[in-house]
Amino acid sequence: MRSAIVSRPLDPAALLAEVSGSANGAAILFVGTVRNVNEGREVSGIEYSGYTAMAERELEAIVAEAVERFGTSNIAVEHRLGRLALLEASVAIAVAHPHRAAAYDASRYVIEELKRRLPIWKREEYVDGTREWVGAARGQRAESRKQ
Amino acid sequence: MTITTLLFASYADALGVESVQLQLPEGATARDAVEQLRAFPGGDRLPPLPLLAINLEYVRADAPLAAGDELAVIPPVAGG
Repeated sequence: MRSAIVSRPLDPAALLAEVSGSANGAAILFVGTVRNVNEGREVSGIEYSGYTAMAERELEAIVAEAVERFGTSNIAVEHRLGRLALLEASVAIAVAHPHRAAAYDASRYVIEELKRRLPIWKREEYVDGTREWVGAARGQRAESRKQ
Repeated sequence: MTITTLLFASYADALGVESVQLQLPEGATARDAVEQLRAFPGGDRLPPLPLLAINLEYVRADAPLAAGDELAVIPPVAGG
């Protein structure tokens, strides 16, 4: 297993190759990319920033949990920080497992936990020239975030 | 005691800084530090009960602080 927070373009195919092996009958590659519309506004790009030391640690913990729960150590995850253009990948998750059900479950677990727990923020840049932190207007109580 | 607070994203914009040193009495909690931050100019844009982490781990607001701790005040996360 491997996880990393990086500042360079992601190479999802390389992640998939990293986890694949002849004992695994299933390999899942999830790629999160920058979408052109969010809540009705036309997006031109996203700037990702993070509390890198904590994000690395939290991502490592999430992957370790997935290894434990789903019975495969063939998991590789990278999350990118910096300014990303439309279609660029912000996150890539590769999982390989002898069986497909567990591969799907592990992949889903990692993305959902990552979105809930990683101290990473995104500032969307819109076609009209404005920009805004995503979720900043939303009230978020500490209790609801605790596991 | 002295602790370091870290601010990120919209919270860093609100206070205009990414890090603040705070002086707190012994026995102070993360919540006490947040109350001090909310008294800074722009601090009223921090929620009373934000997400918090001490030394890279999520904690509850009543978590005790020790000298030298790094307290991160974490805006709504938006990774992925």
